[in-house]
Amino acid sequence: MSLFDSVVNILPDLNKAFLETIYMVGISLAVALLIGLPLGVLLFTTTKNLIFENNVVNRSLGFAVNIVRSIPFIILLVALLPLTDLLTGSTIGPRAASVSLSVSAIPFFARIVESALREIDKGVIEAAIAVGATPWMIIKDVLLPEAKPGIIQGLTLTTISLIGYSAMAGTIGGGGIGDLAIRYGYYRYDNTVMITTIVVLICLVQIIQMVGDKASYLVNKR
Amino acid sequence: MIEIRSVRKDYISKNTRVVGVDNVSLTIQTGEVYGIVGYSGAGKSSLIRCLNLLERPTKGNIIIDGIDLTSLSGKELRKQRQKTGMIFQHFSLVSSKTVFENVAFALKAAHKSKGVIKSRVLELLDIVGLSDKKDVYPAQLSGGQKQRVGIARALANNPTVLLCDEATSALDPTTTKAILQLLKKISRELGITIVLITHEMEVVKELCHRVAVMQDGRVIEEGSVYEIFSQPKQQLTKQFISSVLDFELPSHLIEESKGTIIQIQFEGPTAGESILSDALQKYSVKGNILHGKIEYIQDVPLGILIIELIGEAAEVQSALEYITNRTSSVEVLKHVTV
Ligand SMILES: Nc1ncnc2c1ncn2[C@@H]1O[C@H](COP(=O)(O)OP(=O)(O)OP(=O)(O)O)[C@@H](O)[C@H]1O
Ligand SMILES: [Mg+2]
Repeated sequence: MSLFDSVVNILPDLNKAFLETIYMVGISLAVALLIGLPLGVLLFTTTKNLIFENNVVNRSLGFAVNIVRSIPFIILLVALLPLTDLLTGSTIGPRAASVSLSVSAIPFFARIVESALREIDKGVIEAAIAVGATPWMIIKDVLLPEAKPGIIQGLTLTTISLIGYSAMAGTIGGGGIGDLAIRYGYYRYDNTVMITTIVVLICLVQIIQMVGDKASYLVNKR
Repeated sequence: MIEIRSVRKDYISKNTRVVGVDNVSLTIQTGEVYGIVGYSGAGKSSLIRCLNLLERPTKGNIIIDGIDLTSLSGKELRKQRQKTGMIFQHFSLVSSKTVFENVAFALKAAHKSKGVIKSRVLELLDIVGLSDKKDVYPAQLSGGQKQRVGIARALANNPTVLLCDEATSALDPTTTKAILQLLKKISRELGITIVLITHEMEVVKELCHRVAVMQDGRVIEEGSVYEIFSQPKQQLTKQFISSVLDFELPSHLIEESKGTIIQIQFEGPTAGESILSDALQKYSVKGNILHGKIEYIQDVPLGILIIELIGEAAEVQSALEYITNRTSSVEVLKHVTV
């Protein structure tokens, strides 16, 4: 069998795996954005001298975030199986894998948002307070726009990490490209599949990085 | 009218307490341009930031037009802040917003409608002379232009008070002049009370009606600018005004001169000269003018003359006494007793 033929042979499988990866990463990214972004804003705004200064909330959120961040993903994956079953009614497949991926992506992204917000000149926030703006206006019209380039970069970073983690999830039946690589490359010693998946992943990550950099550059007015 | 009543501001961190403002009481009249000067760390920023509660005083009250800021709720305070504009040393513009959007933000905070915001922003940009830059981002502006945006934003909601924390410290001398002219125009045409922090007496001379000198969190001297310039009491005040009034005579001139050198300060444009000529006529003393200038402070002249008196010691002494009794201050720079 020629190399060409063997690549063509796995195309249907590769296509399915690719879509599964996109699905898992897409869902977790959406969840990270939906929960991680507000969490990051809250982590930042509850620090000393800021609009929602609250030591207790800040400490507790920080602690919770750190706990999740300190658990290796593969362990989180297993530990969250009961929750996964509860939420999706299954412990295998890309939908199930999205649960643990989301859980790990939320604190990761929240910390990135927090540090992007920290980069903002305190004087700008103060000027917004001095003008009589509400906290909500300050978040919406000052904090988020000012941190946008950093947040977009963080989103790129999160996406790329998620692709990596999704491969891990694949090893315990999560589907996707990682699953494909393990099944063919590891169990069947099929180098063609192994190399193809690597090439696909490299291209995917490169494209994401490029799009992310471009987007971040375009929104940066500094 | 702004009343600052026994305001104290402590900064407490870990286990140290830094006093920012130490029991300051001041009254600033409506329409006045009020300067606050002092060296770095004197508490100027801490004090001005209490005026819109960016810093909450540890003790004391801030009363603006009868309203005690320290007693306001969150919502009331935001409303009050819309009536108190502030401009900053580093401009503090939102970099991701255009000039138009930066100014519009202040109006949005006051819940103005889109239509009102648009026309008001254009009007404000016209006042500060930036109409052609409305769609530009702050990064593309010069320092002076950024401060103009800052001023437009501060004036957006027709404030009664404008707070300026070293508004010109990051600008070159020419741009500083232009911004000061703009502030002067705002004070005159809009009648806004301006509180202005600076460490340059030139700015005070140019713009202010009254001035307070701060040191270690306290106001050590306060009065009309003319008073402060002509009759400073504290050492620090003298140091500050010397940057404007003092003239450094070349040292060889002082060394080589044979007579007594004195510096006379007088109020009014010609008073000094006539007293001097009287003195020279009355006593057999010769006088050489080494330096003379007149500063106009709030349009009132303040004159400085440095003269060399040559003659018999007793005669010079009498002339000196004569002059001292008739002018606001005489300082002997070099005494000759032969
Ligand atoms: N947020 C803060 N936390 C702790 N200490 C502070 C804080 N802000 C000011 N201080 C202290 O309060 C004192 C007065 O500071 P302030 O900034 O009011 O001085 P300033 O007169 O404005 O000086 P400058 O001319 O350098 O701006 C200083 O000793 C300073 O270290
Ligand atoms: Mg200061």
